[in-house]
Amino acid sequence: MWAEIAIKIGVSAIVLGGVLNFAGMQTWLERKQSALMQDRIGANRAYFTIPLPQWLGGGIVNALLRKLGGLGILNALADVLKLLTKEDIIPAQGDRFLHTLAPLLSVFFALVAFCSIPVGPPVHLFGRDIPLQVADINAGLLFILALASIGTYGVILAGLVSGNNLATLGGLRAASQMLAYEIALGVSLIGIVIWAGTLDIGAIIAKQGGTFLGGWLPAWGVFAQPVGCLVFMTAALAETKRVPFDLPESEPEIIGYFTEYSGMKFGLFFLTDFVEVVLVAALTATLFFGGWQVPYLAPDGFHFPWGAFAPVSHAAYVLLGLASFTVKVLAFIWFFMLIRWTLPRFRYDQLMDLGWKVLFPLSLLNIAITGVLVVAF
Amino acid sequence: MAEDLSVKLLHQLRDARKRRKLTWWERTYLPAIAQGLWLTSAHFWRNLFLHIAHRVGLFRRFPASVTVQYPDQMRQTAPRLRTRHRLTQREDGTPRCVGCMMCETVCPAKCIYITPAEHPDPDIEKYAKSFDIDLGKCVYCGFCVEACPEDAIRMDTQRHDIAAYSRDGMWLDMRELLHPGSQQFGEPPKKYAQYSLEEFRQMAKELPPSPPTSGTPPLAGPAVPSTLPPA
Repeated sequence: MWAEIAIKIGVSAIVLGGVLNFAGMQTWLERKQSALMQDRIGANRAYFTIPLPQWLGGGIVNALLRKLGGLGILNALADVLKLLTKEDIIPAQGDRFLHTLAPLLSVFFALVAFCSIPVGPPVHLFGRDIPLQVADINAGLLFILALASIGTYGVILAGLVSGNNLATLGGLRAASQMLAYEIALGVSLIGIVIWAGTLDIGAIIAKQGGTFLGGWLPAWGVFAQPVGCLVFMTAALAETKRVPFDLPESEPEIIGYFTEYSGMKFGLFFLTDFVEVVLVAALTATLFFGGWQVPYLAPDGFHFPWGAFAPVSHAAYVLLGLASFTVKVLAFIWFFMLIRWTLPRFRYDQLMDLGWKVLFPLSLLNIAITGVLVVAF
Repeated sequence: MAEDLSVKLLHQLRDARKRRKLTWWERTYLPAIAQGLWLTSAHFWRNLFLHIAHRVGLFRRFPASVTVQYPDQMRQTAPRLRTRHRLTQREDGTPRCVGCMMCETVCPAKCIYITPAEHPDPDIEKYAKSFDIDLGKCVYCGFCVEACPEDAIRMDTQRHDIAAYSRDGMWLDMRELLHPGSQQFGEPPKKYAQYSLEEFRQMAKELPPSPPTSGTPPLAGPAVPSTLPPA
């Protein structure tokens, strides 16, 4: 029993560590990628030096730190230091307990949703079969969607208990946006559920292990469900509450739900956004781009469509799977960041139109066509 | 007939103001979104490639960003830009100014304060033993340069980063006007300080010659390569 618990703790540590690092480094990615896209240099000044004690010869260590500062990586550290040392203000009209609870709620459910996403192939180690998945839930997709919906409560709560009318309005905007896009999100995934015939995420990944077109095209969900993929990515982007769907927060113009938050509580809301981006990227990779699978790679080795075969050891297979998932998630984080720095924000009626009048009917149509095709073939 | 024409023109005007009807494919906005993403990602990959190439010393001619790292790198300004004033000198270091008070008279902001003195050389009318400009009042109109009959005052130092802790700090005394950059940041200016010709000569010997400023930009080339800020 202790071995099982230790294994679970180890896998959770890998997943949580990966997610939090990806989320934290997004502040760096956000600064640097937007800078590159706009012909700027971006963050390059934050750095610190370590003074050496006299018995080590004195002087300061700054060679590597200077380089990291030049790349802007240490800005993330400076951000955290700033957020931790800032005053935590709770408005007099607000509710002390709920005001503190709201950001925790929001970040908790965003992080817990990762537990049913497999990050790599099962590992054979010491005669055991260890799945690289925290919780093997047979309705894992439903679990993730449910947690994503509950996470919205943190946002709405933050708006309601701040004692600020503008924050309340921001919370309500968040509620109606989440409602509109949650439906399109869920319904767009029914297509892939029909195609795979299961809600188990491991089984959905396994279904994408085959090939189309005489073995040349990997049988990824995006090729089976192109419309579903497009609707899912749009709706999921709206779930992350980032530009072009950042009407709930939109700090500079229309004031959002975390107006009355400061310090690390505000930081937690920001972290939630970044964690949600990682979640959406991981979900897109898992459901539509083959998860941790590498094209043509079976447990014994590469089976290329032109008949060649390259054997691969088990350790290499596991590492390739992990690397494949990481690369896919990073690629989607990059892509979402690209969208965030390219498209302008929607007007509110346009947002509602897109959610209710375009994405929702489109996903219903997708279900109908998928159903007919699955029954016919 | 005339009414018909006006109605026709009105209709034309109304049609002209109408937006072109978008096709079905355009109304999905997908092509426009794809174009936008293509443009921004093209910039991203190009600049990423150039930044990495600059690190290993390649493609230095092509800038990877338009950023000027301001305090470390000065932007190239046009030579005719009206920047901070300076007083020109004779060969022995005394000011060319003959104390005619033209600039002080023409100054619309009344920010120039001159005290003239008799010059020993009979060919030279007078000299300014004190010449101060209050930059806190100056409007950078350049009238003083236009009015000067002796080319004694110019606005070509290419300095425009005028900062001080107080209004008094924005005062340019004669030493700073004759030798731009000789006054340290935060050092209080010597208001209305008066100097003799001998003191001017001494000043020119003691202070390092100010950098050649007239008409030459401080930096050559607008290309700013991607580099770390100097340590």
